[in-house]
Amino acid sequence: MDENTVSNGNEQDPSKSSRRNFLKNIGLLGAGVTAGAAALYSGDIFEKKKAATGESRVLLTQDNKLVEVDSLEMKALATNPTKMMLEKGREGIPGKRWAMVIDLSKCRNARRCITACQEAHQLKPEQYHLNTLQMQDNAETAPYHMPKNCQHCDNPPCVAVCPVDATYKRGDGIVLIDNERCIGCRFCMAACPYSARIFQWTTPKDAGKHNGEAYNVELNVPQKLGTISKCLFSADRCRDEKLPYCVSACPNGVYYFGDENEDAVTNGTTKETLRLSKLLRDNGAYQLMPELGTKPRVYYLPPKNRLFPFEPSTD
Amino acid sequence: MEKIISDLSHHIRLNKGFFLWMGFLGLALIACLYAYIQQLRYGLGVTGMRDVVSWGLYISNFVFFVASSLIGMLISAVLGLIGMKWVHPITRIAETIAVAFAAVAGLVIVMDMGRPERLAYVFMYARFQSPILWDVTVITTYFVISFLLLLLPMIPDLAVLYKRFGNLPGWLKPVYKALSLNWCNLPEQNRIIRRSIYILLILIIPAALSIHTVTSWLFAFTTRSGWDSTIFGPYFVSGAFVAGTAAVIIAMFFFRKNYKLQDYLTDLHFNNMGKVLVLVAFVYLYFNINEYLVPGYKLKRADAVHLRELMSGQFALIFWLVQVCGLLIPIIMMLFRRMRKPLPLTIISAAVLLGAWFKRYLIVIPTMSHPFLPVQHVPENFKVYTPTLTEIAITLLSFILVLIIITLISKFFPVIPIVETANDKGLDPLKSIES
Repeated sequence: MDENTVSNGNEQDPSKSSRRNFLKNIGLLGAGVTAGAAALYSGDIFEKKKAATGESRVLLTQDNKLVEVDSLEMKALATNPTKMMLEKGREGIPGKRWAMVIDLSKCRNARRCITACQEAHQLKPEQYHLNTLQMQDNAETAPYHMPKNCQHCDNPPCVAVCPVDATYKRGDGIVLIDNERCIGCRFCMAACPYSARIFQWTTPKDAGKHNGEAYNVELNVPQKLGTISKCLFSADRCRDEKLPYCVSACPNGVYYFGDENEDAVTNGTTKETLRLSKLLRDNGAYQLMPELGTKPRVYYLPPKNRLFPFEPSTD
Repeated sequence: MEKIISDLSHHIRLNKGFFLWMGFLGLALIACLYAYIQQLRYGLGVTGMRDVVSWGLYISNFVFFVASSLIGMLISAVLGLIGMKWVHPITRIAETIAVAFAAVAGLVIVMDMGRPERLAYVFMYARFQSPILWDVTVITTYFVISFLLLLLPMIPDLAVLYKRFGNLPGWLKPVYKALSLNWCNLPEQNRIIRRSIYILLILIIPAALSIHTVTSWLFAFTTRSGWDSTIFGPYFVSGAFVAGTAAVIIAMFFFRKNYKLQDYLTDLHFNNMGKVLVLVAFVYLYFNINEYLVPGYKLKRADAVHLRELMSGQFALIFWLVQVCGLLIPIIMMLFRRMRKPLPLTIISAAVLLGAWFKRYLIVIPTMSHPFLPVQHVPENFKVYTPTLTEIAITLLSFILVLIIITLISKFFPVIPIVETANDKGLDPLKSIES
């Protein structure tokens, strides 16, 4: 019996246990090396961090905040402002979902929104990021004026067809165009059902004056020959926590603009801030051609109870 | 045997007519290049396009070019693979037209770009969600296959011509030697070439269908009235066969007359090509009826505006000329055998080809002119699109390039396959030369 068990043990063990031990040893060795390396590496990082005790500096950030920074942790940024703005412009403003409400019952076709917009974006008088259209849904209903800009669709057909990623949708809902990238194929214009896009067919307005200026993707200026341009929801103003150019310029309280995540929109004329969902619900808000599935970020309030006579536009 | 070789290589020489014709094309090319330089300098504003009609002559011309290039596939692959022997003398003409139009189609699209210097961005920043990328891919593929289908079947011909050079222009000799790839009619060589051509003939069918289907999707993938159609792919493909067949018939007529090929491009070939044209024109007519009657019956608001503009509005004259003189009357005429003789068939084909070009204009411009929302507060030239002279010159530039390519290919290489023609008559030209 004794012999048997011994021999049994002998038969099983020598090969198997030695292989197991070998693997175990390798595993231990590996773990040890990894742990050691990790310790050395973190120690190294700690030493480097400790060393960063130059003098502290007080700096003013781009959004006007004073911050204190260790001088050794400061590093120079890329000095190409166009590139900086292009990178920033791709990201969008964190936590925001911009939305616009246009109250058609208040629009008297003052067209101040248009001039403010054209001024800000260096557009010629016949170039519109925003246009007021004289609408009449059928012969029996009353005519009205409808400001129409880019609808900043959540399912934008223009972005889908762009071959070079020049036009893109940001996290905060804004659809922008990188005019340093645009090849001028105009597929986006063909795809947009709202005719929101324009093209720089000829030399842009005041082209000579803006020569050499850094390109600001959030403002689309300086405008570039042979590329697309359109409404940007005044992305530059959004970044400064201000209302868009058109919204602030309206004398009749037509426009509301704000953040859907906060559920709050502010009227550009009265500066009154309202709950977005309630405004839409109480006033029978609608979107332009929702059947196309584009999911616009611009809402319209119907032209009811107007307190002024309709005046047809002159041209 | 000798007669076939000398008949089919007779046109390969640089005569006075060639220099006059090329000189004319060259001068026209320079004039039109000047127009393009104007466009490069001042932007697309030199054209009649504006923010409403933002795709104009160039894009409709692009569609026409892609359409015309499709014929290579119909003649060589479809008719060739089902064993139609009579197409043999026409295949090279069809492939030449395919290669010329496909090559220039790529340039036409560059002419339409607002920023042609950023062409490389299409590859650097390629977004494959965009149908433009698909179009670039399939047109390149189609061009390569068509080019090979022009080149490979020519190898035995060039070997024959190299060995029995005669009084062809001397500098062509090394070209033929290089391109004939040391062909000496071995069974192994024959096997390889036959198999390669067979594979290419099969490959070119999906490639050809893709180029025009994807081109139609550039329009059908939008929501605009007149483009928002599920049959746009087959509608474009059938229209392409009409345009291409007409182009081949016209080319056949010119080669037959100028290159004295009456014995090889006979009445039979014209008669049969006429039948092919009738067939594809009937298919196209069928798609036309679908394309206009289905929305026309329902008359959704935007569709109603579009159809009214086409049939009784601004575009009515072109529309009815294209449909009646470019499609309906040609179909009826070609049903008669007498009308399928070379001269009448060529005249009919010219009407069909002209109609096909204007048809592309009618597909692109009216839809652009009537977007969903009203066009207001813009100058008059935004509302009504009128091509400018510069724009027309740049469009002509593309046609001149096609003519130059076709002329060069047909002047330096046999227009009609020599070995295949001889084989069809039970002769073997290489053997007869060696013996």
